[in-house]
Amino acid sequence: MIHALDEAAERLGLYIGQPLANARAMCPDLKVFDADVAADAKTLSDVADWCDRFTPLVALDPPHGLFLDITGCAHLFGGEAALLTTLVRALARQGFAVGAAIAGTSICARTLTRQASSSIVADGGEAAAIERFPVSALGAGEAITTGLRRAGLKTIGDVASRAPSEITARFGARFSTLLAHALGQGDAPISPRKPLPDYIVEKRFAEPIATDTMIAMTLSRLADMLIASMEKQGKGARRLEAAFFRTDGVVRAIMVETGRPVTKSAVIDRLFRERLDALADPLDPGFGFDMVRLSASRTEIVVQEQRDLDAHVHDNDELAALIDRIAARIGGKRVVVHLPEDTHIPECAVMAAPAQHHLAAAMQAEWPARVESEPPLRPLRLFDKPEPIKVPFAAVPDGPPHQFTWRRALHAVVRVEGPERIAMEWWRQDGKQLTRDYFRIEDAEGLRFWIFRDGLYEGEVFDGDGKPASPGWYVHGLFA
Amino acid sequence: MSGARMSALAILRGQIERIQTAEIVHQHDRVALGHGQADGALKGGLARAAIHEVFCEGRQGVAATGFVMGLAGRVAARKPLLWVRQDFSEVETGALSMSGLRELGLDPRRVVTVRAADVESALRTSADALACDALGAVVLELWGETRQFDLVASRKLTLAAQSSGVTGLMLRMAAQPLPSTAETRWMLRAAHSPPGPASMPAAPWSVWGAPRFDATLLRNRHGPCGRWIMEWNCDECQFSEPSTYSQPVAAAPADRQDSAVFQQRRAG
Repeated sequence: MIHALDEAAERLGLYIGQPLANARAMCPDLKVFDADVAADAKTLSDVADWCDRFTPLVALDPPHGLFLDITGCAHLFGGEAALLTTLVRALARQGFAVGAAIAGTSICARTLTRQASSSIVADGGEAAAIERFPVSALGAGEAITTGLRRAGLKTIGDVASRAPSEITARFGARFSTLLAHALGQGDAPISPRKPLPDYIVEKRFAEPIATDTMIAMTLSRLADMLIASMEKQGKGARRLEAAFFRTDGVVRAIMVETGRPVTKSAVIDRLFRERLDALADPLDPGFGFDMVRLSASRTEIVVQEQRDLDAHVHDNDELAALIDRIAARIGGKRVVVHLPEDTHIPECAVMAAPAQHHLAAAMQAEWPARVESEPPLRPLRLFDKPEPIKVPFAAVPDGPPHQFTWRRALHAVVRVEGPERIAMEWWRQDGKQLTRDYFRIEDAEGLRFWIFRDGLYEGEVFDGDGKPASPGWYVHGLFA
Repeated sequence: MSGARMSALAILRGQIERIQTAEIVHQHDRVALGHGQADGALKGGLARAAIHEVFCEGRQGVAATGFVMGLAGRVAARKPLLWVRQDFSEVETGALSMSGLRELGLDPRRVVTVRAADVESALRTSADALACDALGAVVLELWGETRQFDLVASRKLTLAAQSSGVTGLMLRMAAQPLPSTAETRWMLRAAHSPPGPASMPAAPWSVWGAPRFDATLLRNRHGPCGRWIMEWNCDECQFSEPSTYSQPVAAAPADRQDSAVFQQRRAG
């Protein structure tokens, strides 16, 4: 099957969906390449990245199309015509065959690209511009196109001349909506790939920049501009993205997040410096970047606190800034604070949450009070997964072991405290979990363990034949 | 050795002396640990704005963790604590449990944990954190021998700590002490609970006590070294001389037959 073909092949009369054997029969020296849908999608997405330089609103129209909403952007590039020429020329230089058009509605523009590339249609001229084109240009699908042809409606103008109710009755409401959009009657909104950032600043270079110092300088100048525009509206940035547009079309975006809104350009500057330093695959300027864009994709209203009188607020700010810096370098999920959970199950009693977002909550959290004048009841170090231990025998079935083997070392039990029975929460787990009897144990060396027997004797654990079996033992934690 | 060499050595020693005394100016701020002899050796307590190292064997990791946590609790007072650890040590000795921390009488609300993937990023993070004076203490937990933590790295941390006043605690599990710029260096082991009453000396049911550490002060820049049994008092949040009872008298519950209450024996 032919998945896609170029213009020369089209002129030979080959068509998409034609069996390859037929095509070979028509043209014996046909060059054939395997279709790679994933790679095509990747390329389209890369091209869309590149198109971000013209407008932040870029939408994919798979398999081969892109919609760019250039409302209010064209004048930056010298008008619509100039924008179109720049875009087409740049893409053609990369080796792409491009059809591009500008129109009042996205569907109309798409129809134009298939028949009259590089045309610009003013508002209201849509119907006149596309009425001569064959119905296939609408891109309505094989069944509808064939149906329209069979009905004798060869051009879009023919279809448009019929009453909309007839079209809807025959070809469905979706097609009639598509047709209406193509004719400029109403428009379907495009769905951009990325949400529109709240603030954008960018810098273009006639001469591409490549050195680290230039990049750093550009970033700090952009940060100043961004802060200046946010300050006017009392906003601070929570998430920032720097996009580096390389001359050869590759775009690299780098994001940093902060725990509280940033209002100082020095902070932005430092966060990006940390992030750039720590990148696993460093920023590769290639032949240089011809554009750098800094955008604040999440912003918040900044509440001005009175700092001078309250040193505590100041300290928290500094801690938050430190957490942001560390998170920028090693990732936000790697800096955590701890929140208590309302459960008896030891491994679930504490939740680790990203410090950037939960610092305030963690500082206010209510932890269960410890029992006064008791030795520690919970171990200082807890294993993620309890580690199985070998217990040769227990003196009494329900009692603690006299010795056990953990990590290939034998530990003789000298002291025992327990058991503390912890029943699993039957209302939460879907699978049945066993009751645990925990013992605090000290061995001959003075090391202290928290071990448990998984399941009750003669009650919960059974072997293959349904007879009671002896439950397993585990080390769950270590006491100081 | 020739006279010229001797005098050169003397000059160098003098320089070192001056550098060291220059450091003392910043280091008058000390926190008493609560253990009389240890505080005596430390000239009043653990110095703030300095680096302290705690070493232990691999299997004694949790004892060292408890000791470091105690030190951190003493020096940090009410300020936040940054705990930087390497991914690997969590597999070896388990993750630091906040419930356990609470049981030691410390406040989990002020603990921020950094899960560094490797030693380099752990070191860098700690150096950065030590420069931030909003923190009370920074703990760097490393497992095994590391090439990266050399004299230069140690010096960097010390300088950062001195300028900001934050105390750095290095928890080095399964590692051998190497030359460093640390103010003190400790070797930690877990200590036994005191023996039970004479009537049942080997009874496996005898009760537990507070965490006890067999702490050896290997190096002390401004005082003598020593070895002590130190007990952590979870209620008062400080170290103390070992009590002879495995549990405080007041807490001995009625349902326990022989709480080793009247056994007056000094353990160690």
